[in-house]
Amino acid sequence: MEYKISNRLRTGAIILMVLGVLGVGYGFMDAYSVNEDNITEYLANEDHHGDEHATESHGEEHSVSAAHAEEGHADEAHGAEVEAEGHKMTHEEHVLHQLHNRPYAALYVAAFFFFMISLGVLAFYAIQYAAQAGWSPVLFRVMEGITSYVLPGGALVLLIAFFADSHIFIWMDENVVAHDAIIQNKSGWLDKTWFMIRGLIFLGGWSAYRHFSRKFSVAQDLADVNDNSNFKKNFRISAAFLVFYIYTESIMSWDWIMSVDPHWFSTLFGWYVFASMFVSGITVIALITIFLKSKGLLPFVNDSHIHDLAKFMFGISIFWTYLWFSQFMLIWYANIPEEVTYFVTRIEDYNLPFFGMVALNFLFPLLLLMNSDYKRIPWFVVMTGVVILFGHYLDIFNMIMPATVGDRWFIGIPEIGSILFFGGLFMLIVFTSLGKYPLLAKGNPFMKESEHFHY
Amino acid sequence: MASHYEAPIRRPLVTGEKSYHDVTVDVARPVEGKANRAWWIVFSIALVAFLWGIGCIIYTVSTGIGVWGLNKTVNWAWDITNFVWWVGIGHAGTLISAVLLLFRQKWRMAINRSAEAMTIFAVFQAGLFPIIHMGRPWLAYWVLPIPNQFGSLWVNFNSPLLWDVFAISTYLSVSLVFWWTGLLPDFAMLRDRAVRPFQKKIYALVSFGWSGRAKDWQRFEEVSLVLAGLATPLVLSVHTIVSFDFATSIVPGWHTTIFPPYFVAGAIFSGFAMVNTLLIIMRKVCNLEDYITVQHIELMNIVIMLTGSIVGVAYITELFIAWYSGVEYEQFAFLNRATGPYWWAYWCMMSFNVFSPQFMWFKKLRTSIMFSFFISIVVNIGMWFERFVIIVTSLHRDYLPSSWTMFSPTFVDIGIFIGTIGFFFVLFLLYARTFPVIAQAEIKTILKSSGERYKRIRENGETLAGTG
Repeated sequence: MEYKISNRLRTGAIILMVLGVLGVGYGFMDAYSVNEDNITEYLANEDHHGDEHATESHGEEHSVSAAHAEEGHADEAHGAEVEAEGHKMTHEEHVLHQLHNRPYAALYVAAFFFFMISLGVLAFYAIQYAAQAGWSPVLFRVMEGITSYVLPGGALVLLIAFFADSHIFIWMDENVVAHDAIIQNKSGWLDKTWFMIRGLIFLGGWSAYRHFSRKFSVAQDLADVNDNSNFKKNFRISAAFLVFYIYTESIMSWDWIMSVDPHWFSTLFGWYVFASMFVSGITVIALITIFLKSKGLLPFVNDSHIHDLAKFMFGISIFWTYLWFSQFMLIWYANIPEEVTYFVTRIEDYNLPFFGMVALNFLFPLLLLMNSDYKRIPWFVVMTGVVILFGHYLDIFNMIMPATVGDRWFIGIPEIGSILFFGGLFMLIVFTSLGKYPLLAKGNPFMKESEHFHY
Repeated sequence: MASHYEAPIRRPLVTGEKSYHDVTVDVARPVEGKANRAWWIVFSIALVAFLWGIGCIIYTVSTGIGVWGLNKTVNWAWDITNFVWWVGIGHAGTLISAVLLLFRQKWRMAINRSAEAMTIFAVFQAGLFPIIHMGRPWLAYWVLPIPNQFGSLWVNFNSPLLWDVFAISTYLSVSLVFWWTGLLPDFAMLRDRAVRPFQKKIYALVSFGWSGRAKDWQRFEEVSLVLAGLATPLVLSVHTIVSFDFATSIVPGWHTTIFPPYFVAGAIFSGFAMVNTLLIIMRKVCNLEDYITVQHIELMNIVIMLTGSIVGVAYITELFIAWYSGVEYEQFAFLNRATGPYWWAYWCMMSFNVFSPQFMWFKKLRTSIMFSFFISIVVNIGMWFERFVIIVTSLHRDYLPSSWTMFSPTFVDIGIFIGTIGFFFVLFLLYARTFPVIAQAEIKTILKSSGERYKRIRENGETLAGTG
């Protein structure tokens, strides 16, 4: 079956991107409209208009959290951004930093979110090859389409990290590092050049696997019936990729996400991010498969395939919750000051997104996808999928925002603009790539099993 | 469940010219025959070890925990090491019967019965330690939230040791039910074949009147699937809760968030190694080479390789984060493991767990039965050391240097461990003589899709009609 990206879809994606650019541009203008000169006025105004914020309590709350950061710093635990250039930052400076960080952070969260979907799909694809799965080969071309976003998406994440610099990664600010003994001890690892080199190595490895697996997969289509050499090559490089992936994914999570809180650390973090990307990736496979099937383009995909994808969405959602809970509960239970600040700020300032995401990522899929009949109903899977994706956007949001904008978070124009831009780009690249080769990888030796798959 | 079509590149799971009747006969043979000399010799050795262990337990309980090598600083050592080790071994059984069922791995059918038996016997051993390591084990029932005459004095639900009680007892009960349900059709087969009245009576009793009607089979399948769906989160949570015993603490080297999934990976790793150890012998002794084929051993080796690598990633993650954390206690804990007085235990653990499974990347090695057997033993020793290293090296040197000390076990510590190994083999050897060690009913469901004979007939384009 051939697929060509329709003009409507292409135009739609481009409109999303244009809207996104406008939103992001507005976000930057809005953030930088407040500067050293008018920040005092801005804060005074804010207190004035802050009816919905309950003026007094807001001010109080803020001073409490600032005091907390100071105290934490005395414990050498938290609050690198409070101190710069050797003197204590004033409240105004602190707020100004947070305001200015917001559009960068919004951009970064959305960029990482869409990138992690494609990387999650790449890992899922490699696992299907390495496990010699008999059900999924009919979905390989859909997965290959989604993974075409790995290289551009990952490059954009790195570029934003490079240009946002200390707007996202406080350890990239030399002034901060000069006065922060904890970060200095880590400077062997947290170094901008070394960070970029590592990032390029990860990206190089992932996209090399993506390139060759796609190449062999297409070559297998044209090969003789009894010639499985391209399949075998794919099998081998998939196993090798998975080894590379398990290491680089962990390190990537420490680099690209955990280091936004350079004083904080958690050994589970890499695997936790993995669960998030894996479930989002599988969800997008399901959504795109259902979309293409609704156009009549995947006649060989039946509701058993959808059922299996939905089972993975269900299972990995629970797995994600397991890791979320393990990380949270262990830190909450031991309550060691240097670790617990991470969750203290999230519970104080991000209460709804922090606990809301657990409802979205756990309760919804648990209840909606428990029934095996529901897992075969496309609109049901789509509905749950949308909830899961939103939940995992919030997950990334909760990881990045507290360290960059603190309690000045909001999901407004910069955030939505960034989602629109990267969403549009993702659609454009993925659907263009889907149109390049037939949607059935017919040379795969498990293809017949997969086409007749019935559960 | 799966389609009737199977890709030709899949290798047969049942080799030889087996028909349904051959499967029945092969599985029933060890049960219907008489035990040979070798069995009696091995059984006697295991029994002696078991009795010796009982002696050590009675001595401990009646004299006091002081007969062990524990001290004021290292107050957990062999007891909890052995506990975690046995629980870990038990996990592969559920993994094979539940997780591999969810993933529709047909190869699990030849090994699930024995793996589950191994689970249950290993959990028995594990369950001993939480009781015997108590100072006053006769008050063990106080861990249960039972209304009482102390003004309803309750337990504190905040302790992972209490969660252990619930985790282990639930795990044992669910595994037992899951295992027994699967045994019903096989016991019924033995009942129907039995010629001696006593055997017939016994197998009639344990097979609960299974008559194999369509409706029964349909419900049987559904129950298996539901139990597999419940057992999978259970298996993860049980070892997670075991890992919480350490990870919820504030001891450097124990307090780390990766423990839950890493302990689970380690459990699968050591459990599969134990399954390999047992099955490599069993296939030979019971003449089951056509069912537990080299491919089964190869696949188990691949699982060992995979989980061994995950454990390796976790080791490296812990090392990196210990450095990255900048917490000197944490850094010292790992330095102490690698270079302190227990360096030999640490390097045994590292080389046995991280390096040895990497040999499985070579097809020649992972399809060699001798080599697999050797590695499976090595892995189990390595995983014992892993628990020992985590527990003892973190305790013997932590925050206060004035509390630093050493640990060495006494003969009672060792004797109890040997006793549990003896007990395990007593149970397993009895099982191998009285239970159908292969789930013949399940094997029969894949015979025509994955049996060598039927695959050949299909590949030659002939019909299966009349092949029986």
